[in-house]
Amino acid sequence: MAVATGTPARDAQAGGVTRHAGHRPGGGVVFHLVMAPVALLWVAPMLFAAAIAVRSFDDVTERGLGALPASFTLSGFVTAVTEVELGTALVNSLIVTAPAVVLALLLSSMAAFGLSRYEIPFRRTILLGMLAGNLLPPQVLLIPVAKMSENIGTYDALVGLVAIHVGFGLGFYTFVLYGFMRSIPREVTEAAVVDGAGSMQVYWRIVMPLSRPALAALAALATTWIYNDLVWALTILQSQAKFPITAALLNLQGSYVSQWNVVASGAMLAAIPTAVVFFAFQRHFVSGLLVGSTK
Amino acid sequence: MWVFVAVPLAVEAVWVFWPALNSFWLSVTKWNGVGVPEFVGLANYADLAGDPVFKQALLNNVIWLVCFGGLSIVGGLALAVALNRPRRLVGLYRSAIYLPMVFSLAVTGLFWRVLYQPDGTVDAVLGGLGLDSLVRQWLADPDTALGAVLVAAVWRQVGYLMVLYLAGLKGCDPTLDDAAAIDGANALQRFRYVTLPQLRGVNTVVFAVTVIDSLRTFDLVWAMTRGGPYHATELLSTYMFQQGFTFLNLGYGSAIAVVIFLLAIGFIITYLVRASRQEVI
Repeated sequence: MAVATGTPARDAQAGGVTRHAGHRPGGGVVFHLVMAPVALLWVAPMLFAAAIAVRSFDDVTERGLGALPASFTLSGFVTAVTEVELGTALVNSLIVTAPAVVLALLLSSMAAFGLSRYEIPFRRTILLGMLAGNLLPPQVLLIPVAKMSENIGTYDALVGLVAIHVGFGLGFYTFVLYGFMRSIPREVTEAAVVDGAGSMQVYWRIVMPLSRPALAALAALATTWIYNDLVWALTILQSQAKFPITAALLNLQGSYVSQWNVVASGAMLAAIPTAVVFFAFQRHFVSGLLVGSTK
Repeated sequence: MWVFVAVPLAVEAVWVFWPALNSFWLSVTKWNGVGVPEFVGLANYADLAGDPVFKQALLNNVIWLVCFGGLSIVGGLALAVALNRPRRLVGLYRSAIYLPMVFSLAVTGLFWRVLYQPDGTVDAVLGGLGLDSLVRQWLADPDTALGAVLVAAVWRQVGYLMVLYLAGLKGCDPTLDDAAAIDGANALQRFRYVTLPQLRGVNTVVFAVTVIDSLRTFDLVWAMTRGGPYHATELLSTYMFQQGFTFLNLGYGSAIAVVIFLLAIGFIITYLVRASRQEVI
């Protein structure tokens, strides 16, 4: 696990293998002739959506959705933010995502620290049990979680959404951080204990700073997961004013179904934050995806 | 030191383990969310057995698993093999292919809904190629809706599996490949007899992840079709959500949830066994 959170990702990014066996000079042309169209095909849906987002409503209705843009306007974006209030939804998403990521990583790092540094009985079982909880299909939890939220007063409240994201994600984050923390040599923390550091200090001053690469990878991944969530938002929230961007987008489809430039603008707006995370933390994002795949 | 483990464990117990247990209890009750759930034994399960929509959803889930899993695994593996070696632009190609991973399934659904509109890009391209006979309302036609949604799902998943397989390929021993090449094995033979056996570990994870993801699939279908038209794209997850939250048949919805759980548990255990074998635990 520790390997998975660090090195292979760097290799994947840098194209790490140094071997050149079978790399024929002529193969390059064929390779690019195949790969360039494939890559283009992959980004095409996003490009088309972007093209529609900047067209005017009249342009779309007169010449059809599939036509090439003959106009350029940001009015779709303006409508999406002002009339549909996607701005509010975007803020809601951030209000949920930021604390959920921080809390989930804080709690899971605590659990990983405890499990990896102390001889806690059944720690393997505890760890796998926690991971199993995260692997459960959310559908199994939806109805009871909705009812529970009503009972404790977190239904239709953003704080309820934060709570479920923290609880549901904990298992996976703990599992990854446990693997990473296990790879930190015991001598490092033992030296601190000899110097009189308590558990809390060892955790906060030594293990946490050393775990930064794993925390960064998980933060990048958790941000996209929580920001992208739809099913929990639909389950916990009721009033549209509290909807995060994903749920608000679905409403937008209903009420603006003929104004495709607005719909496409909304989709672009919702896609921008995760795209920023992706490009800023690309290496971490990929290493997060790799977790659990390599030996 | 116990506190370090006890607090997170308590949080997960409250939000995951306890609700999961509750699902089992609710699945043997009839409840509309108000008052006390009425115990009805296995009646919900008996009803499920005779429910044509449930059967359709189950069948669609099987189709989904085979197509979504098959296409994204084959595509992801092929792209990983093609993009494994360092070459010019390889990084760019990889980024292009896993970029869709970062968008929410709701956004993915929107992108593709726009493309599939009657006068949208897909039909415009088909018309431009002279394939007018293929032009149709992709998402409104029960014959094509499931396939159309699948394309969007595979489009997003391929990048993820490619990344997993790239990691697996990094772990392969390059000298074996070179030795086979010297012995005269062609590229296909080397892939089949040298590379593929070394990817067994990654395959276990990929299969488990794919099955679990198939059973979880909800957002994309909900954003594109809500299970329609005429249940053509209904999956267990969308049917469960509809029964539970649109019709407030909470007992019946829970029974579907339990079925999803039972279908997933074998693969969850497979994943856990594989995870626990890793030397770090």
